[in-house]
Order: sequence, then structure tokens, then C-alpha cells
Amino acid sequence: MSEEDKKPPVRPKPAAKKVVDEKALPPSPKQPVVDDLVTQLKGKLGERAVLEGYINQPNDHLPTLIISQEKWIDVLSILKNEPDLHFTYLQNASAIDYETHLEVVFHLHDLNRKERVAVKVKLDREQAVLPSASHLFAAANWNEREMYDLMGIHFTGHPELKRILLPDEWVGHPLRKDYVALDKEV
Amino acid sequence: MIRTEEMLLNVGPQHPSTHGVLRLLVKVDGERIVEAEPVIGYLHRGTEKLAEDLTYTQIIPYTDRMDYLSAMTNNYAIVHATEKMMGLEIPERAEFLRVIVMELNRIASHLVWMGTYLLDIGAMSPFLYAFRDREQILDLFNELCGARLTYNYMRVGGVKWDAPSGWIGKVDHFVTYLQKQMKEYHQLVTGNEIFMQRTKGIGVYDQETAISFALSGANLRVTGLNWDLRKDSPYSIYEKFTFEVPVGEAGDLYQKYLCRMREIDESLKIVAQAVDDFPAEGKIMGKVPRVLRVPEGEVYVGIESPRGELGCHIVSKGKDKPWRLKFRRPSFYNLQILPTLLKDENISNLVAILGGIDIVLGEVDG
Repeated sequence: MSEEDKKPPVRPKPAAKKVVDEKALPPSPKQPVVDDLVTQLKGKLGERAVLEGYINQPNDHLPTLIISQEKWIDVLSILKNEPDLHFTYLQNASAIDYETHLEVVFHLHDLNRKERVAVKVKLDREQAVLPSASHLFAAANWNEREMYDLMGIHFTGHPELKRILLPDEWVGHPLRKDYVALDKEV
Repeated sequence: MIRTEEMLLNVGPQHPSTHGVLRLLVKVDGERIVEAEPVIGYLHRGTEKLAEDLTYTQIIPYTDRMDYLSAMTNNYAIVHATEKMMGLEIPERAEFLRVIVMELNRIASHLVWMGTYLLDIGAMSPFLYAFRDREQILDLFNELCGARLTYNYMRVGGVKWDAPSGWIGKVDHFVTYLQKQMKEYHQLVTGNEIFMQRTKGIGVYDQETAISFALSGANLRVTGLNWDLRKDSPYSIYEKFTFEVPVGEAGDLYQKYLCRMREIDESLKIVAQAVDDFPAEGKIMGKVPRVLRVPEGEVYVGIESPRGELGCHIVSKGKDKPWRLKFRRPSFYNLQILPTLLKDENISNLVAILGGIDIVLGEVDG
């Protein structure tokens, strides 16, 4: 009896929640911020610079932009250098393998206004090439080396693109989903 | 004319002053460092890859082994990010316990830093004093969760163990004890002539550099920027407590020392308040489904670890295991500035500057 009591809240709950989440969420208070960013970037770099802009609501209403690969550096440089944007702090850089494509995410922070933005770019798995942002953010240097090392993304124009955590003679990029570990037990 | 030539000096990976397995390739011209290149990865265990095959609860002990001087904050980083994605409510008593252990861990971590840092630059006794006091914190943790370093204490939704009877009283006692003890440290170290000569005006950088390198923690605050995630993007119940964020001005090693010492004072204040307001009873685990299935989506949250911003980026596809888990490891970010700081520096300052960053290699290498 006790098991029956426990089971129902486990399964239907997330499913029921999801439907609500995706359809009838109240508009985020940050929506104007992301709309403004999208118009500003599109105005400066053309319609195709920003593919999508949305609010990541579970993540404290984080404005998120998906950038086209060609405009990656231009967008970053505007976000960093425009005085009213001033996203100078590279809070985090991640690379994700979605199996259909790779994704690079930079979480940028403006420490004065306490505003955050996530910028993403989608990359082809076979030809994962992205211009390096290490001249904009000093912190990007090692992060890009880490992404190269573990995810196999090539950053063109990087001052020293080599493996950072794994030995130089390592074969493959472990965080790729199709990476085959030498020893399955590990 | 004396002819000089550059020499390549290899420091580490086995060297006591590198605080773990850091290797430095240093090019020296006489006593001047021309170039220094950190070589890292000797302790890389692939936590992020391993986590993809583990459930959210199973990941927690792995995080203990990253920043092993402050495992409680590591526990909290993953637990907090998971809770944020699932939208869970945490019982108050659990939050109090979390804050108490995280702040005690911050104190323990800073004490280790202070002791070993002074050992690095030639003072033996502060190390013994610091470890004596840190031991008491470890004993408290041992009583709480049965481990001295790798606690595995927090769970998604709360904490694993409730405080045993009398434990809160012991914490209170320790706070009073250490507050008294801090005076001894200041007497022993702060005004020391040799210490000041080794640290004042050494390893200086400005705020812009610090931001560009995305430094965090005392490494960022020492440049005069008031930035502490406990205040600037509050998590847990930190909003309930009054405390200050110590900042420096000069951005040198001496101020870093002062910042960290004052952070101990502030942490003690937080613990004292938490002990006073500690709920007499209540649950230590919230309502959590037996199998943790995190809804699809992604979340990045940073928390203030003793070393800086410890972030956790979870990408979920709605399964019981994360699709991708990324840790923003503050030591990894903070270490990156080292070549810049060491350039054209005298070689005798190498150890002082490296020690000032306060790295933990388990965290640098992930």
C-alpha cells in the first residue's frame, strides 16, 4: 500500500508540470531585456546574426541568445564593449554534445549591473570550428583549450591550441557522446 | 662582460610548494623569470564524463574529490543546481545545517591556506596553529557525517544527517574559541616585518585584469571590487544573515591575506547567527521523489566557494542522469593569471605569488 502511495507522485508529476511549463508560463519579467538585446544585435549585425532569443525561466530568468556561427565573435565583442551592455566577465564556458550537433555556451556577466546573459552557438559535429574569443576575454584561453581537449572543437586564431587536461598523445575527445573508452570498466 | 643565458627550470609536479601536482615550466634569465607556463592535468579524473553515467545522488561523492579542502561547498553546488531545475523546496532546518557546514568549511579551507602559505614563505609555526584549529572543524564534521574530508553530506532536497544532540552547542563553543584565536593569528603574522616584506606590493594586478581573467573569490575582491555571490546572487538562506564582504585596495599578496583572514571573521559571524536562530526542530529532507528525474532543460548556478565562483551547469534531457554536467572550477580560472603575474618577476617571488592564488589541484584538473 505504501508503495502505491509513493509511486503516483513520482511519475505523473514531471509530465504534468512540463505541459504547463511549455504552454502557459506567465511572461518573464526579463522578456524586454532579451527583446532589446536581439533588436540591438540584429540592428548592428544583420537579421541573421541572432537565430533565437528566449528566457531560460528555471535558471532565474536568464536571457539566452543563439548566435549564428559567422557572427560569434562580433556578437561577443558588442556584448563586451558596448558601454550600456558591458558584459565583461566570462562567468562560465561550456561545450555540450547533443549528438545531432555541438553547442558552445558562454555565460557572461556584467558585474556592475548584475545582469547575466547566456550566448550559444551551434556547431557541426564533423567540422567543429569556431573563432577564438581569447583576445576578448583572457579567461577564454584555457576554457577553449579545455573545450578542444575534451570536446574536440577547434578554435581558430587561438594563441596556443593544445590539450590542457589530457596528455598530448591522447586520442579522441572524451566528452563526445560517441567516444569509446579504452577500458569499459572505468 | 658577463655572459648570461636563459635557463629552463622545471618546478613540480612533485613539489611541496605547488600544493599538489602542478608543474611549472619556468624560463629564467638569472633570477628574473622570463616566462612561466603551468602544466596541469595530472589529477584529471574526468568527473564530468563519469557524471554522465551516474544518477544525481551518485554524483555527490565525486564532487567531494574536486576541491577536497572545501567539499561541503562542492556538495552544495551540484545539489543546488539540481534543486533549481526541479523547483524543490528545502526545509529550513536543512538550509541552516547547510549554511553552518559551508561556512565552517570556508573557515577550515582558509586556515589551511593561511598555514601552508606562511609555510611556503618560510614561517613554520602558523601552520601548526592553523592545523590545530582546523582539526576542531574536522572533528565537528566527523561527528555530523562520519567523514573528515569527503563528506557526501548533502542530498537533493536537504541533508543526509541531522545534527546529533549537543552538536550545535559545540559549534557555538568553537565560534567563540576561534574568535579569540583570531587575535593570536594577527599577533603572530599580520604585523610581521618579514611577512610584510615578502607580500606587500608583490603580485599586484588591477581590477580590469582580474575581470578579464574572470577571477573570483578573494583574488577578485583584493582589487577593490565588492563581489560575493552570497550577496550578489543570494542562494540558500544567506539573505537572513548580516555580514560584510571584505575587499582590498592594492591588489597585492598582503591584502589577499587580510581579505581571507577577514572572511574567516565574517564566516564566524554567519555561523554564530545561524546557531542562534537554528530551528529547534523540523525536517532535514524535503519532499523528493525516490527517483530524481530532472526536467528537460539547462541551468547554470554559481555559488561562492572559498576559492571563488564554483558553478554547476547541468544540461538535462529529462532522465535520471545528467546529459552533460560542467563544473566551473574557480581554481582553474584563477590559476590562468599566473603566467601574467610571474612575467619579469624575481624567482624568489614565484612561490609567494603561486601560493597567494590559493589553488587546489583536484579542482584545477577536475
